[in-house]
Amino acid sequence: MNFDIGIPLPALLSQLLLGLVNGAFYAMLSLGLAVIFGLLNVINFAHGALFMLGAVLAWAGMEYAGLNYWIMLLVSPLVVGMIGVVIEKSMLRWIYKLDHIYGLLLTLGITLVIEGVMRSAYGVSGLPYSPPDALQGATDLGFMMLPNYRAWVVGASVVVCLATWFTIEKTKLGAYLRAGTENPKIVEAFGVNVPLMVTLTYGFGVALAAFAGVLAAPVIQVSPLMGQNLIIVVFAVVVIGGMGSIMGSIVTGLALGVIEGLTKVFYPQASATVVFFIMVIVLMLRPAGLFGKEK
Amino acid sequence: MTANIPALEIKDLHAWYGESHILHGVDLTVNRGEVVTLLGRNGAGRTTTMRAIMGLTGARKGSIRINGNETIGLPTHKIAHYGIGYCPEERAIFSSLSCEENLLLPPVLKGARGGDTPGMSEAEIYEMFPNLRERKQSQGTRLSGGEQQMLAVGRILRTGANLLLLDEISEGLAPVIVQALARMILMLKKKGYTVVMVEQNFRFAAPLADRFYVMEHGAIVERFAASELQAKMPVLNELLGV
Repeated sequence: MNFDIGIPLPALLSQLLLGLVNGAFYAMLSLGLAVIFGLLNVINFAHGALFMLGAVLAWAGMEYAGLNYWIMLLVSPLVVGMIGVVIEKSMLRWIYKLDHIYGLLLTLGITLVIEGVMRSAYGVSGLPYSPPDALQGATDLGFMMLPNYRAWVVGASVVVCLATWFTIEKTKLGAYLRAGTENPKIVEAFGVNVPLMVTLTYGFGVALAAFAGVLAAPVIQVSPLMGQNLIIVVFAVVVIGGMGSIMGSIVTGLALGVIEGLTKVFYPQASATVVFFIMVIVLMLRPAGLFGKEK
Repeated sequence: MTANIPALEIKDLHAWYGESHILHGVDLTVNRGEVVTLLGRNGAGRTTTMRAIMGLTGARKGSIRINGNETIGLPTHKIAHYGIGYCPEERAIFSSLSCEENLLLPPVLKGARGGDTPGMSEAEIYEMFPNLRERKQSQGTRLSGGEQQMLAVGRILRTGANLLLLDEISEGLAPVIVQALARMILMLKKKGYTVVMVEQNFRFAAPLADRFYVMEHGAIVERFAASELQAKMPVLNELLGV
């Protein structure tokens, strides 16, 4: 079956799915960045490195300890979350009162350290990691073959993103978080342990990145550089979506993945730049981003 | 039992914002069940005194005992748990929270020591401020100025705090709302709350307070009881320019 546009439907759909998979990673990463920025006022440049660390840990768990994908899907975010707690308590804590640029520089430094260590340990050629047995193969939907693992990635990340959104927007804990984002001092004066909340938020944000890293391990090559390649696009996604809104960063992430995927079909030359092109347009029309609030 | 321990006892309190030394040895005692008003010009250090009690200034020195417990060395988030509720001048209503979420935000204080005044229920607060019930689902900052003020005061009544710090609650509000707030203060007093107010609106504060402190240049310069108010008027006129 052909559309008038001259692209076979299965090819279009598979690019769409590929776009959704990338979009799922964008969404999880930009969500974490937005939550961290909201409460800590820190642009977490280390997000890509911690995403990579999540994937490398999944690989290492299998390689050295025989821990399978499902175990590492839990363990890896926990370990990276704890690393995040240590980073926050030992380093980030000291720079909250300073200009954003210091947070950016510090987290960039942390990125270079993590990536450097991983590079000297594992080199830059990718480490092989295959999807778990249960998710190998593809399902025939009649009009296309749906690779099981990719469907799982999209499904799992949408669930995680929506759960995060629900927690922040609809629960008491989320109310503390939203209030803390607006005026941490007053929330603290009400007797809420805001410093602890800040630490745990950073831990959660980077755990989300590690979760995305484990999900990505079977689809993107596991390599010390995998975070670098992704994080630049994710920052563009954050700029497009705006920092203010949780749902905004989820929707923007998925949508930009899809747009990128479609660009690969219709005009492949632009697929690497389309996100940045959109960023330029959004910045000209809505400097605070699509969902951001002007301050 | 604990009736003779003051709700708030401040001795030689110094506080700084960065390099600037704002409070220069404040001494202030508020007994249980009293309503005390801090008077003074703008910049005299009244708001800073409240912020220093909550640990919201920079460095602090001296002694602040809340319900008998020394809190000068404690981080801000622990101070509330000694039974204190703070309503800041800027009201600090959260725009990303609904009216109801704002009201329910401050946690009920577990360690509220000597808390012989249990927190009010949501229903009691709505009964006192019916407007808030109607606007439950509205975004916090969409409320009118008066409603925001009711919300800012109402939300610290739920927590079980028995010592309330109210900073300029009558400021910029319509007379009918100021009257409602005055009735609220009298009701709180009847219920046994201890209230410290910072007020610019002398006519609002004068009939409510049991005692007055006057601040100037970051220190207390006058203290007197409500019964001495008439006799003190000339001094007050000079100090405050009222």
